[in-house]
Amino acid sequence: MTRRLSDIVVGVVAVLISIVVFLVPFAFIVIQALKDVRESSDRSFALPTSWHLWDNLVEVLSTRDYMLVTAFINSIILTVASVTLLVVFGAMVGFVLQRRPSRWTGIINFFVLAGLIIPPAVVPTIWVLQGLGLFKTLHGLVLIEVAYGLSFSVLLFRSFIATVPRELDEAAIIDGAGPFRLFFTIVLPLLRPVVVTLIVTQSVAIFNDFTNPLYYLPGNKNVTLQLTLFNFQSQFNTSYNLLFMNILLITIPPLIVYIFFNRQIVAGLTSGAVKG
Amino acid sequence: MLFLLPTFASLFFSLTRWNFQSATFIGLDNFRQFFHEQNLYQSLINTLIYGALTSGLKVVLGLLLAMLLTSRIVARGYLRAVVFFPVLVSTVGVGITFTAMMHPTAGVINTTLALFHIPGPGWLTDPHLALISVALVDVWKGVGLATVIYMAGLVSIPTDYYEAASLDGATNWQKFRSITLPLVMPATTTVIILSLIGGLRSFDLIWAMTRGGPGFTSDVIASVIYKQYQAGFYGLSTAGNVVLFAVVAAIIVPLSLFLNRRTTEA
Repeated sequence: MTRRLSDIVVGVVAVLISIVVFLVPFAFIVIQALKDVRESSDRSFALPTSWHLWDNLVEVLSTRDYMLVTAFINSIILTVASVTLLVVFGAMVGFVLQRRPSRWTGIINFFVLAGLIIPPAVVPTIWVLQGLGLFKTLHGLVLIEVAYGLSFSVLLFRSFIATVPRELDEAAIIDGAGPFRLFFTIVLPLLRPVVVTLIVTQSVAIFNDFTNPLYYLPGNKNVTLQLTLFNFQSQFNTSYNLLFMNILLITIPPLIVYIFFNRQIVAGLTSGAVKG
Repeated sequence: MLFLLPTFASLFFSLTRWNFQSATFIGLDNFRQFFHEQNLYQSLINTLIYGALTSGLKVVLGLLLAMLLTSRIVARGYLRAVVFFPVLVSTVGVGITFTAMMHPTAGVINTTLALFHIPGPGWLTDPHLALISVALVDVWKGVGLATVIYMAGLVSIPTDYYEAASLDGATNWQKFRSITLPLVMPATTTVIILSLIGGLRSFDLIWAMTRGGPGFTSDVIASVIYKQYQAGFYGLSTAGNVVLFAVVAAIIVPLSLFLNRRTTEA
């Protein structure tokens, strides 16, 4: 495969543009995070005259009684719990919908699609949560995230289960496997690729979710990472260095995920999107 | 249960004045108020502008980028990674970053423009520009997803078509118009639907960047819902939710039927 000159020229131009458009904002975050209070307040792109990585890190972590640390823990609990439930329920529902069509299948399919489109009604949801005693709790928010994410994962699983040969189920049933055994030992292992993509995409989405914690998890006790950013935006009005250090910190987890799961993310998003 | 019950309850509570303890039935007053107050009505228009602008730009830029990234240019892997990464970054973080960069006097964008003696506008302070600026940032963040979907669509087009067209002496533009465009139609459908749903419901970016300001010029329905909720007007907030639902459904359902029909015909 030989490259023509024009390919190289276009590539170089594209790289230059991409640096300006896509890398500068991230460089900006890093630079601001390294400055001291006075220098960061002018928000210029100049390199800091002195480096403050460690000072800023310690200060942002210790603000408001180590709120950021609590938030990190909360966000991780939220993400792990929601994604686990999403995978299990999504796979089960997808399996049943794909394998056992019944009178209800059409209606359920309709609700699944509706769940993808309808914007959640906020205040009545709070009302229901209060009725259940789950408002302002982390469990409540986990349920919310599961409810909102379930449509996507059901669709993803259903289209993938369609590619698993039905003969496999039949063989297992003949060998005496019950429905649960069939699902957990035969089907679920075969779904590994789609489980991985679902875990990766949903954990990034839930980790970055801002709107739902804002509504359903007010108060400082159960703060999540995205909310700290929001709180600090007003509190750190004058200390941009800390604000951007916070942004930098919460950008690191998705970055790590991205580096390791780049391929799965892209594959997952496109397969879910195009087939769904 | 957490999803369906509130949705149906919202239809009822949107008709009432409501403060959790008691719900007084006031009929359609909430909706009347919603459409009569200038800034609430404005938010509806803004939502439509925002949705159309973001999804339109994502379609065009996403397709161009995808064609660029599936051609044989150098540094393809790097470019793909860079274009896609913003999709994964915290929306609020992106919002704050761009708010700082778009600052009218001190922001990086305007100081750079000033080097070339171009007077930069007040991106987020100019009432006419604020909504568009936020929409542009939304495109910046979301175009990676559109690009990836388009790339998947482009790769699945068999190369035979292009070869046959070349033999028949088709120009590049003709190839693009009569081969690429119709055959990536499924991808276009997906991109339009996804970005419209996202754009019409969009809240976090707008809230992080302008909080609906200056004035109410960049308020969208989702931010109005939050403001009314904060102010304690739960009924009005829920009415906003119902309006948003109606808008999304009224646009998405016919559009997806229409686009899907065209896809199957093609």
